[in-house]
Amino acid sequence: MPESILNGLFFYVLAVVILGGAIMTITRRNAVHSAIWLVVTLMGVAGLYLHLNAEFLAAVQILVYIGGIMVLFLFVIMLVNLDEAAKQRQFNRQWSLALICTLVVLVEFGFFLMRGAGSFAFAEPGQGALKPNTELMAVALFQDYLLPFEIASLLLLVAILGAVLMAKKEI
Amino acid sequence: MNEYFSPIDFLVLKPVILLTLFGIGVMLTDLFLDQQHKYMNAVTALVGLAFAAVQLWLIQSEMAAQGVAQIEAFRGAVVLDRFAIYFSWIFLISSAIAILIAIRYLEIEQEHHGEHYAIMLFAAVGMMVLVMGMDLVTLFIALELMVLSVYILTGFLRRDRRSNEAALKYLLLGAFSSGILAYGMSLLYGMSGSTNLNVIADSLAARPAGDPLVLIAITAIAAGLFFKVGAVPFHQWLPDAYEGAPTSVTAFMSVGPKAASFAFLLRMFLVPLGSAREEWLPLLVGVSIATMTLGNLAAISQSNVKRLLAYSAISHAGYLLLGLVSGNETGMKGIAIYFLVYTFMNMGAFAVIVALRRRDLIGDEIDDMAGLMYKCPTAAVLMLIFLLSLAGIPPTAGFLGKYFIFLSLIETGHITLAVIAVLYVAVALYYYFRIVAVMFMREPVDQEKLSFSPGIRIALGVTAAMTILIGLYPEPFIQFAGSTVLSILR
Repeated sequence: MPESILNGLFFYVLAVVILGGAIMTITRRNAVHSAIWLVVTLMGVAGLYLHLNAEFLAAVQILVYIGGIMVLFLFVIMLVNLDEAAKQRQFNRQWSLALICTLVVLVEFGFFLMRGAGSFAFAEPGQGALKPNTELMAVALFQDYLLPFEIASLLLLVAILGAVLMAKKEI
Repeated sequence: MNEYFSPIDFLVLKPVILLTLFGIGVMLTDLFLDQQHKYMNAVTALVGLAFAAVQLWLIQSEMAAQGVAQIEAFRGAVVLDRFAIYFSWIFLISSAIAILIAIRYLEIEQEHHGEHYAIMLFAAVGMMVLVMGMDLVTLFIALELMVLSVYILTGFLRRDRRSNEAALKYLLLGAFSSGILAYGMSLLYGMSGSTNLNVIADSLAARPAGDPLVLIAITAIAAGLFFKVGAVPFHQWLPDAYEGAPTSVTAFMSVGPKAASFAFLLRMFLVPLGSAREEWLPLLVGVSIATMTLGNLAAISQSNVKRLLAYSAISHAGYLLLGLVSGNETGMKGIAIYFLVYTFMNMGAFAVIVALRRRDLIGDEIDDMAGLMYKCPTAAVLMLIFLLSLAGIPPTAGFLGKYFIFLSLIETGHITLAVIAVLYVAVALYYYFRIVAVMFMREPVDQEKLSFSPGIRIALGVTAAMTILIGLYPEPFIQFAGSTVLSILR
């Protein structure tokens, strides 16, 4: 079917963008370049959300991650003196060993996923008019997953507390 | 009809809500306390734990009176069964003891801040929700709340290099292992279309044996969970984190978060992955043998007591995994009673190390224990009791946990495993007795008297009393543990 081929193509192009961006993020010497490649990765993820008909998530991904968090990243990078870091060795001594291990795991996972691909049941697309995206999000967050949502607020509180504790000179 | 939040939900979460409120309360009152009165924060936190304990007791007795085995809440996201209640008791007790021994220690380190106690209470919240959780999202977030709190507590001595290094290592490796765990969970969700553990269990049970996807899911989840409980080959973070963390925090993380991670591991392996027992059993056997071997052999050559106890903690994780290998009622009972006993004996041993801390002496090298018998006979005798118990010598309580686990192995026909485990107990005796020999046989290096703060007095008294009491009169504790773990066996 042409539609499924198009769907597949869309997914693989995005996957290449996401993974390529991620690899570039960790291999660049200049931290600003890394941050910008991370933007590419996050854009790719936003594209995947669109592909899954989750427009709201895609918009939030772009607004919060690319708009907010990446700008903060760049601020921090510019505040911190990175000349010293640029001179240091970028990879540690075990990188070749790590690469071999990763490849082995990749082959292993690939093999199992290929064998088991048939056992993933694909969901049927919803019939008729779907509820608006934001409404579905609200139902998921405030009804089905109310408790994790509340605990996540506590998690963020602890994270802020920890960041302040570690960073402040005198408490 | 559209009940988003019912009185039942509130009832189930009451202890957790109280702990959260007291945690926030500690942070607020900390602002008004000067440096001399920071200990009031500890008092507030202890009161919070006491309130939560009273609530838990009320819920427990109400459930017993009405004959209810479990209460579901939040649309099945959490379930309060006897298993969850039992482990919640362990978390409350271990948090209380950790707070008691932290007061003086943090004063000496000059890092006595109210946030320490607040974060400890938040960690307790994470642990309690973790043992109640029946939903992948809830479980994951509760786990992260717990470990994030422990990362911060590990790095609490901000001016100490060891503490910083330990926190950073623990954070990086912990985040990585959480990622692997989340990957395994996503596969479970992909196969069943639900995040509820019971639904996942039914969906996996319908699959053919040896399904490759189930195998990957098991591998990823097992790797993540083995990291959290410190089983070989995912144990490297543990000695560094235990050595670098403030000793009072080491005591806490060796018991509370470890018991919580282990309860989580039991839940995952017995409920959603229960039908795939044939697949994960060989993995579990291998990991538990490797864990006992490495933990016990590496402990022999340690010169730092905290590091030695870290390796001993690894070996204990190996024994506990054996309880899951046998997987029958006795094995589960053994795991439950092991943790109760472990709470008291391990925290007691760390409390003695905390008592050794002075301004000029960290007190965590084995040599610092030299001649403790002549300097302070009480501390030396208490340490002897805790070490005997850790080694599993009757009549101390430690014997009981090992006894049930070995018994369950024999019952299920794993004779070889039982023999190996018993052999390693002999090895463990050797390195525990190295500490004893230093305490009793060597001359003290200095004559400075030990002074016990009231908090450490209470902590040592309670832990020692319980270690001996459970050993001498185990019947009620065995019954309590035995009645609680049945709810997890499907």
